[in-house]
Amino acid sequence: MNSRERILGRVRRALADVPADETPLSRDYLREHGRRSAAQTVDLLAENLADYRALVHRCTDGELADLIMRLLAERGSRTVLVPPGLPPYWLKASDVTQVHDRAASTAHELDRVDSVVTGCAVAIAETGTLVLDGSPDQGRRRITLVPDHHICVVRVPGQVVSSVPQGLERLDPARPLTWISGPSATSDIELDRVEGVHGPRTLEVILVGED
Amino acid sequence: MSGTYLGMPAFPEAAREAVGNATLRGNLRHATHTIRAKRAKAVSEVSDWAELREAGKRIKDHTLRHLDRYLVQLEESVTAAGGVVHWAADADEANEIVTRLVKMTGEPEAVKVKSMATQEIGLNEALEAEGIRAYETDLAELIVQLGKDRPSHILVPAIHRNRGEIRDIFTREMSEWGRPAPEGLTDTPAELAETARLHLREKFLRARVGISGANFMVAETGTLVVVESEGNGRMCLTLPETLISVVGIEKIVPTWQDLEVFLQTLPRSSTAERMNPYTSTWTGTTDEDGPQNFHLVLLDNGRTDTLADEVGRQALRCIRCSACLNVCPVYERAGGHAYGSVYPGPIGAILSPQLRGTGSEIDASLPYASSLCGACYEVCPVAIDIPEVLVHLRERVVQGGEVTRAGNKVVLRPAKGHAAERAAMRAARWAFLHPGALRTGQRAASRTRRFHPRTLPGPGRAWSGTRELPPVPAEPFRDWWQRTRGGKDGDR
Repeated sequence: MNSRERILGRVRRALADVPADETPLSRDYLREHGRRSAAQTVDLLAENLADYRALVHRCTDGELADLIMRLLAERGSRTVLVPPGLPPYWLKASDVTQVHDRAASTAHELDRVDSVVTGCAVAIAETGTLVLDGSPDQGRRRITLVPDHHICVVRVPGQVVSSVPQGLERLDPARPLTWISGPSATSDIELDRVEGVHGPRTLEVILVGED
Repeated sequence: MSGTYLGMPAFPEAAREAVGNATLRGNLRHATHTIRAKRAKAVSEVSDWAELREAGKRIKDHTLRHLDRYLVQLEESVTAAGGVVHWAADADEANEIVTRLVKMTGEPEAVKVKSMATQEIGLNEALEAEGIRAYETDLAELIVQLGKDRPSHILVPAIHRNRGEIRDIFTREMSEWGRPAPEGLTDTPAELAETARLHLREKFLRARVGISGANFMVAETGTLVVVESEGNGRMCLTLPETLISVVGIEKIVPTWQDLEVFLQTLPRSSTAERMNPYTSTWTGTTDEDGPQNFHLVLLDNGRTDTLADEVGRQALRCIRCSACLNVCPVYERAGGHAYGSVYPGPIGAILSPQLRGTGSEIDASLPYASSLCGACYEVCPVAIDIPEVLVHLRERVVQGGEVTRAGNKVVLRPAKGHAAERAAMRAARWAFLHPGALRTGQRAASRTRRFHPRTLPGPGRAWSGTRELPPVPAEPFRDWWQRTRGGKDGDR
């Protein structure tokens, strides 16, 4: 008997007392907390992102290219990682060297890049969370991890939901997902939170409204 | 479980040493009190906490009660997504599987995400014995590994260390493992985190093999979930070519939607955050993104034995948030090492004796490592009635009885050292069945009040050494009742 059969056999014997008909699950928790307008939901997202030390900026679609240029310049970035499907006009004002997200790049090469700019799949206001799903405007998981500076662009209000349940509904589990709530942090020293460990130590979020 | 903890002294002896250590007590007090207030605040932000807790409990219970079905479904969905599923009945088998998988890559080292399951099976030691070095990358696990120490907390394995001690460990040990700590390192947490970042970065960037656990596995989709703060998890889950995840069979949830409950309750219960900084989910392998070889090792190691106990099986609902440790008055004073297991605190007191059996001295003593105050049950996000299981396990230790070990039903003999307790309970039972004898005894006790000792003689000494003996009233209740008919005729 192999271990698979052994374990499944043990489970079945252990559950001899369990009747076949079980009460269905109750889900009487809330789908979202509180009632907010679309604008208030975006405000809550901005507030919660900032609370966990992300730097939040707001602009219109027409101002986006200039804002990205300014953020890269202020940081002193000379190179920026670019996912394959990033709208080209986002970087049209920036004169930094663009590094493309390629399968062949090594981790050491990524480590030498100053910044990375991506879109996102969905943003969750109640928790201040950005979710990336590897779509063409977001690229491979590692590109938002190794560089020390991440600029993430969120389209508001279209990409913003209120709650975790609403966020999960919009996501495809078959895609590899990265949920980001502020820059990396740790509570490992005396259970007190310190920001900035292995992930990007600076997370800038741009909330882009319509013109 | 791993042999690291075999031969540990019983909890009272181990705790006595810890309680005498002023630094340790200070560290624990500071850390647990910091997190308590924060957790309460994070939970109070969510108006439907009680409903989320109930849903979490029901989802986990339902999964456990149909675990065979969900395990098979998980295996199918992970395999369909490009992963390879292995089954490990115990720690040795899991270690063999992982060692074999690492050796197949030809790599001499692996980077690790913080994982309770791999601590439980002693994976690092097993790999070391085969010439493979496993690098812990979680900050607290790194502190424990560099300090040749043992973890003392589920969430923060180095909770027993303060910033000064951490600085000393980094300064002394880092050069042995890789990039040394900088000259003149101070003990500010930010500087310590920066030092860990630089030390581990070279390991991440060259890593070809990653080893992880998982917080959740979704049966329906084959998705694994790792919840973390630092980004070391993301490094290990995305940069290597091969990923091996060792996960206890109880970590399953049936559907993708079920995550909506736990991704709300877990961060708030553990680090008291609205959401932890990073959560990674992956389903098998993805072309040109992340590891192209993914192995899932499903671990039993005493979990099916725990499942066979109708009262004790609720311990398998645990999502390892550590809230019960942070509110426990016993944990706060004794620290994690006294529990002689990688699972300390209240959850450890009910999990270890079930995973390992109550045969050893430490495991037989764990159900008693509690004041039964119930604070752990109050904060548990999946409503595990820890006091109920503790009492149930105490009964098992004292009386013995039928249990399941390694899949077989065995009859336990009553544990040694509880003879006096058993005798006292038998005597009490006899007295309550013989009202005349009870009355005579009560009257005798009342009349000899002034001569009662402050402590019990003989086998009762250990019990009365840590407790006040209750004072005996001037007359038995029954005599008072007969004299006054319940106070109606006036007292006296």
